[in-house]
Amino acid sequence: MIDYRNYPDERGHFGPYGGIFAPETLMEPLRVLTQAYATYRVDPVFLAELEADLRHYVGRPSPLYHAQRMSAHLGGAQVYFKREDLNHTGAHKINNTIGQALLAKRMGKTRIIAETGAGQHGVATATVAARLGLECVVYMGAEDVARQAPNVARMKMLGARVVAVDSGTKTLKDALNEAMRDWVTNVDNTYYIIGTVAGPHPYPMMVRDFQSIIGRETKEQAMAQIGRLPDAIIACVGGGSNAMGIFYDFLNDGGVALYGVEAGGDGIETGRHAAPLCAGRPGVLHGNRTYLMQDENGQIIGTHSISAGLDYPGVGPELAFLKDSDRANFVAITDDEAMDGFRLMTRMEGIIPALETSHAIAYAVKLAPELSKHQSIIVNLSGRGDKDMNTIARIEGFEF
Amino acid sequence: MNRLETVFADTKAHNRAALIPYITAGDPSPLLTVPLMHTLVDAGADVIELGVPFSDPMADGPVIQRATERALTYNVSLRNVLEMVIDFRRQNQHTPVVLMGYANPIEAMGIEQFAREAASAGVDGVLTVDYPAEEAQPITDALKAQGLANVFLVSPTTPMTREQAILSQASGFIYYVSLRGVTGAALSDLGEVRAKVEGLKAQSSLPIGVGFGIRDAETAKKMAAFADAVVIGSALISEIEAVADKGETMVLSAAYALLSPIRSALQR
Repeated sequence: MIDYRNYPDERGHFGPYGGIFAPETLMEPLRVLTQAYATYRVDPVFLAELEADLRHYVGRPSPLYHAQRMSAHLGGAQVYFKREDLNHTGAHKINNTIGQALLAKRMGKTRIIAETGAGQHGVATATVAARLGLECVVYMGAEDVARQAPNVARMKMLGARVVAVDSGTKTLKDALNEAMRDWVTNVDNTYYIIGTVAGPHPYPMMVRDFQSIIGRETKEQAMAQIGRLPDAIIACVGGGSNAMGIFYDFLNDGGVALYGVEAGGDGIETGRHAAPLCAGRPGVLHGNRTYLMQDENGQIIGTHSISAGLDYPGVGPELAFLKDSDRANFVAITDDEAMDGFRLMTRMEGIIPALETSHAIAYAVKLAPELSKHQSIIVNLSGRGDKDMNTIARIEGFEF
Repeated sequence: MNRLETVFADTKAHNRAALIPYITAGDPSPLLTVPLMHTLVDAGADVIELGVPFSDPMADGPVIQRATERALTYNVSLRNVLEMVIDFRRQNQHTPVVLMGYANPIEAMGIEQFAREAASAGVDGVLTVDYPAEEAQPITDALKAQGLANVFLVSPTTPMTREQAILSQASGFIYYVSLRGVTGAALSDLGEVRAKVEGLKAQSSLPIGVGFGIRDAETAKKMAAFADAVVIGSALISEIEAVADKGETMVLSAAYALLSPIRSALQR
């Protein structure tokens, strides 16, 4: 049996995936970052500061909530939600930005940059930069700037400069390209906080580690509240940080089925989706080898999803590895199914989830009836839906 | 001697730096690429660097990004680029062609198949921005098996230990990136460039080309004092871009007009 704790190797490989496929100018800065992270990840003072921030600033531990009404409605497994939406700034993203910002400070960097899709990572980065008094620039695709206006406003209020990226498809992948270009240019004083478990090594490992607090807490809470490990865990997958965060502590627990839910957009068969694990091929993008949405010539193709945070043609390399080793199952949920999940969650449990998270909820709606009421499913409720009110209002036909 | 070795022996014998212009294949249109390549040679190009368009050029500045986007409106693929090289070789068998691009189009074709097809098309070397030495061994081996050079970038942030790892795989020439930044950025410190190039020369017998930030004959002349080759990319693309919709003659003469004085400035 594979011991999933042994990955990645020292050069960032998860089997054939991951690695460091970066321009030469970034190779030495990435080595320095890898070394700094290796030092601080076991430094008791660093870890104590991180833990204190997570407790008193982020509001951890986040609750594990038993959704009894939804469970009864679905007529199968008991459904629980790991409430990352209750974190400060409204999503799991802050777990990572808190950690990386502490690292940036120790490395003597004075300027923080980030890419963002839905804006949750941008807000979480702007938040920690404000708190530490660091300059902050956030790159965001022009299309996402338009559809996630509330988060753009929040970032600006927090003092960040939001740069709308007009190149390519004007979404998350182009924001990532532009952040990389900034980093190549300003590498001496700048720390790049990547928001997901992608990019060149050490980012996939480091972001996973900072997010793995989700799974550690979930395991303890499951033992206390359910009395045993859950039968299944479900998380949505864009780049994959909330999924890796909740999966990681369960990887060696073979009895816990893991489900990663990709954005099916208009349906996999239409080609208008953002589901590289379900319908893509391996390749190299943004510093790592992983599954990608690409054409036969290796050009990255445009993605489509109702949710900006899942609208990305790649995926974290560790998830690619979990797919090939059959440790996790990857499925797709369409825009319409996600909206149904959104409505059900809102009306039945009084929780307004993010559209990204709604994909995971929609899959729980499918899976729960297949299990018995003595079994349990935990869904990572990765973020709240306030940011999506413009999109929801347009779909539901009301004024916002 | 292969074509790259022949060129560098010749420029050295004539006491000048080699001129390496960069164009993106398919920019401003696929039909113009081969005529442009011949014009570059007429203007004094010693080696041609031919960019392979990729949808996500993360190490390129706005000028080459736009060139890439123009090429991609024609869906120019790696296979199309190899066809252009075949076409170029019908009239020119002496000017080396180095493909410059990103890993994914090569991965999609398959590294070995790419190396075979590139060799048979008449390509002389390959520079892949996102195959650093740590991840490059498979392509280095595949290219070597076909007699092609694997050209590597060295940057101002590259420490001595990495230089050695790069030099152990590099062939053809070394491309020294003269600044921290993307293609087309402004050059600042010539002294730092010179020190780094001389450091590389002390460790390797490979020719050292310098690129990024060289816009005109004046800068090129300063570089030529210590570099074996000078790469002109964004400055050339900008000239082409300015007359892109004015027809073939204008595009070719704009390229010629920029390169010709630069070539003269490379004589030491």
